Amino acid sequence: MNFIATHLLSLILFTPALAAVIMLFLPSDDHRLFRWFAFGVSFIPLTLSLVVWFNFRSIQPGFQFQETYTWYAAIGSSLHLGVDGLSLTMVLLTTLLTPLALLASFSINDNVKAYMMLFLFLETGMLGVFMALDLLIFFVFWEVGLVPMYFLINQWGSANRNYASLKFMIYTMGGSLGLLLAVQLLGVLFKTYDLQFIAANWSAYTDPIAGIPATTVKTVAFWAFAIAFAVKVPLWPFHTWLPDAHTEAPTAGSMILAGVLLKLGAYGFLRLILPLYPAEAHNFAGALAFLATAAIVFGALASYAQTDFKRLVAYSSVNHMGFVVLGIAAAAFAAGTADATIALNGAILQMFNHGLSAAGMFFLVGVIYERTHTRDLEEFGGLFPLVPVYGGILIFTSMASLGLPGLNGFISEFLVVRGSYPILTAYTAISMLGLLFTGAYILKGIKKVLHGPINERWAHGEHKLTEISTREVLVMVPLMALILWIGIYPAWILDVINKAVVMLF
Amino acid sequence: MNFPVLSIITFTPMVAAAIMLLLPAQRKNETRAVALAAAIFALTLSFWVFFNYDQAAGGYQFVEKYNWLPALGITLQFGVDGMSAPLVLLTGVVMFTGVLISWGDEHVMAGIQDRPREFFAFLFILATGVFGVFVSLDLFMLFFFYEIAVFPMYLLIAIWGWVVTREYAAMKLTLYLFIGSVVSLVGVIVMYWVAGHNSGVFTFDMLQMEKAGFSQTFQNIWFLPVFLGFAVLGGIWPFHNWSPDGHVAAPTAVSMFHAGVLMKLGAFAALRVGIMLLPEGAKYWSWLIMLFAAVAVVYGAYIAFVQKDLKYMIGFSSVSHMGLVMLGFSTLNRAGLTGAGVQMFSHGVMTALFFAITGMIYDRSHTRQIPELGGMSRIMPFAAIGFIIGGLVSMGMPGFSGFVAEFPIFMGVWGSRWLVAVIASISIIITAAYIMRNIRQVFFGDVPEKLEGHMTDVTVLDKVAITTLCLFMIAIGLFPSFMVPMVQTGVENILRLLGGA
Repeated sequence: MNFIATHLLSLILFTPALAAVIMLFLPSDDHRLFRWFAFGVSFIPLTLSLVVWFNFRSIQPGFQFQETYTWYAAIGSSLHLGVDGLSLTMVLLTTLLTPLALLASFSINDNVKAYMMLFLFLETGMLGVFMALDLLIFFVFWEVGLVPMYFLINQWGSANRNYASLKFMIYTMGGSLGLLLAVQLLGVLFKTYDLQFIAANWSAYTDPIAGIPATTVKTVAFWAFAIAFAVKVPLWPFHTWLPDAHTEAPTAGSMILAGVLLKLGAYGFLRLILPLYPAEAHNFAGALAFLATAAIVFGALASYAQTDFKRLVAYSSVNHMGFVVLGIAAAAFAAGTADATIALNGAILQMFNHGLSAAGMFFLVGVIYERTHTRDLEEFGGLFPLVPVYGGILIFTSMASLGLPGLNGFISEFLVVRGSYPILTAYTAISMLGLLFTGAYILKGIKKVLHGPINERWAHGEHKLTEISTREVLVMVPLMALILWIGIYPAWILDVINKAVVMLF
Repeated sequence: MNFPVLSIITFTPMVAAAIMLLLPAQRKNETRAVALAAAIFALTLSFWVFFNYDQAAGGYQFVEKYNWLPALGITLQFGVDGMSAPLVLLTGVVMFTGVLISWGDEHVMAGIQDRPREFFAFLFILATGVFGVFVSLDLFMLFFFYEIAVFPMYLLIAIWGWVVTREYAAMKLTLYLFIGSVVSLVGVIVMYWVAGHNSGVFTFDMLQMEKAGFSQTFQNIWFLPVFLGFAVLGGIWPFHNWSPDGHVAAPTAVSMFHAGVLMKLGAFAALRVGIMLLPEGAKYWSWLIMLFAAVAVVYGAYIAFVQKDLKYMIGFSSVSHMGLVMLGFSTLNRAGLTGAGVQMFSHGVMTALFFAITGMIYDRSHTRQIPELGGMSRIMPFAAIGFIIGGLVSMGMPGFSGFVAEFPIFMGVWGSRWLVAVIASISIIITAAYIMRNIRQVFFGDVPEKLEGHMTDVTVLDKVAITTLCLFMIAIGLFPSFMVPMVQTGVENILRLLGGA
């Protein structure tokens, strides 16, 4: 037990990867074995991260459960893990969504072993980013996660998967190029990649670097970081990979993509940009807020214009993640003020909330796609009487996405708007107009699928639509419970987030 | 005198070649068995050297010294340092896997079925040359083994190569490399005379020549011919042109040797003779080497991107990756040189794997045209996984050896000329694009009708080879301490010659 207690984070981090390696050697062709093995294993990180959550002392400043191992001593990088309230929230989101996504993948019948292995590798990649306290380790996991996702889209995706997967890969790698170079620059300057050391020294660094004034270098490096994260979030105009990748990915892939992968970008803003570049973040907060507002407004408008159900949900992610960055931009502009704290609280909670609702929405789109083999909104219509349970769940989740008071989305978006309004009034006001469109596209989605004249094709005969299965309901239950719980009583999670925010900035 | 492990490693392939030539030509399996036994023996010993090298002590170890031609100051002197020990191991690994994948399968005509006796004999003579270069501490001997390594290449390509271009490629390769080595030879002899006149002792002993105290002017004049003459074999732009042609025309095991080890031979000799004996010249010309290397990195990647032939694609990607080695050399600082040392090993293993798998596909499909292939993961899943792992190494994906090697190289470039780092980094994206595109095209999708039913899975020996190569790439990627500290001890020595830094 002692070993577990002292190695909690590394156990959470490496259990999935280790399980994937074990799966490689399981001598069996039985799909069920692989499904249940992966599903079962994914509860280990979940349980352990709950242990961490309940043993986490939110009033204690700094990182907890730290572990350090030698990794690449030659260039001053070590495997340094640790969590604070911000990263712990994201770790919990990841370990929670992975079992659900695996459960949602039980309908995959093609090459199950490879699929499940990739999924577990993906979980390790994402968790590593959230736990890393070493800049190089952060980058390592940041890139590693791309590979399983690429293959998940490329091998199990729908018709246009080749294009979408390569675009996803090249976009993200291209975006990360600047990050890579900037990370190297920092490593060369400080002879270490320790995040806390760099954070303590870089913002005050004033010596010219290679004959170039430090402020110029910092500005360039700031944008190198910011673009890498903006591609991942994604911010307008770097978002164009997202609708393709989401639409073509298999259902569970979309769930994780929207639920966790997008959060990596926002997490990068919070974990790296705000501490490393406070001055630049302050100077360019307006530009970030502009891009965020554009993402909110254009994301909503684009979503409204879609005729493909999955694309509609995909663009809604652009819209929702825009609020996260708006909150971050406001906090960067007025760091330390009470409004900034509120905005940041909202942004982090919005990350968690969007993780829940977007994963749920993508899953629900997948449920109906598996039955009808179409995502065209015009092909649906009037399905509510045929599948009342599914309809109820869809409406519930959509309402969370729309920001209905009483559900989680309202809390976080309210906090973001409340915090940002005094700081970035104009942008926030425009963004609130964007919220109006959010309502419009969500209602359009519901209307096209559930209401209106019934499409007779799904009512009778061989295409008769079947109700959502127990397994599928089980995927949604934890999500819906959390959506409701945070909506009614957000204090349990906001408490942890708020303490982290206060201590960070 | 201790156990003479280095001479045993060096001459094992030569002895094995002699034994094979004494066997009757039709006893193909016996010949192969001798080859495999010799390869395993050499590999085991090179592992032994690798793990018994005392990193704390550093310097040259397992040193052996025999008189050879005392009148001219030539000795047979062997020893390894942190730079060459990994390369000896690399040669052992490539030799072992090269024999495995050449064993072949008579039913599908995979591997080497035509005159395996002569093939393995020539290949092993080449291997002796390669081992010899890596362990020689005497400049004359280094040169001697260098030529031994180059010559069998001609025969191997011209006899067993791809029918269409083998004569052209063999001739081109040999001419390029001989011209390069003649230029270096002139430089080497001048160094011998000048060092002799300076100190009064005429010797080819490189440890002595390091102390020769060549004047700045001398070094400035002679660094370029010596360095570039060797670097031709390292595939440095703009003298890389022989290399993709040679790779494509060569039979699989020879391509593995060629890209995996021979190109390292050029880079290593350029480092050993060029940079370590003429350090001031290296400092003076580092900008030019860096320029050439940066062009190779980006241009090589771009040319690889537009290839339709799988083997040409890998050939040009080798130019790009060897460019990174040269880039690391040209930084002349700790991070860059360390990265270059690891990159030599990493690229050697990776490209050997690439050529091995390409050979397995070609032997069965008789085409290397990327658009004509597809769906190979269903026929040979093991090879597909191997190729994907190689691809990730090639892209510099973290968790694999390519990242561990490239990252310090870029850090080194940051420390010397930052703009070059920015330019060279473009290659990462291009590499990712062509690797991913080709993996998808060759291994996924549908099997083309023409190939349906004609293809078989790879053999067990092939799988052993693929596994061996992959394990190295993953081990270094996850645990850089497996190799990096050793390379660092070698780098310390180079930095000492460069005068601190």
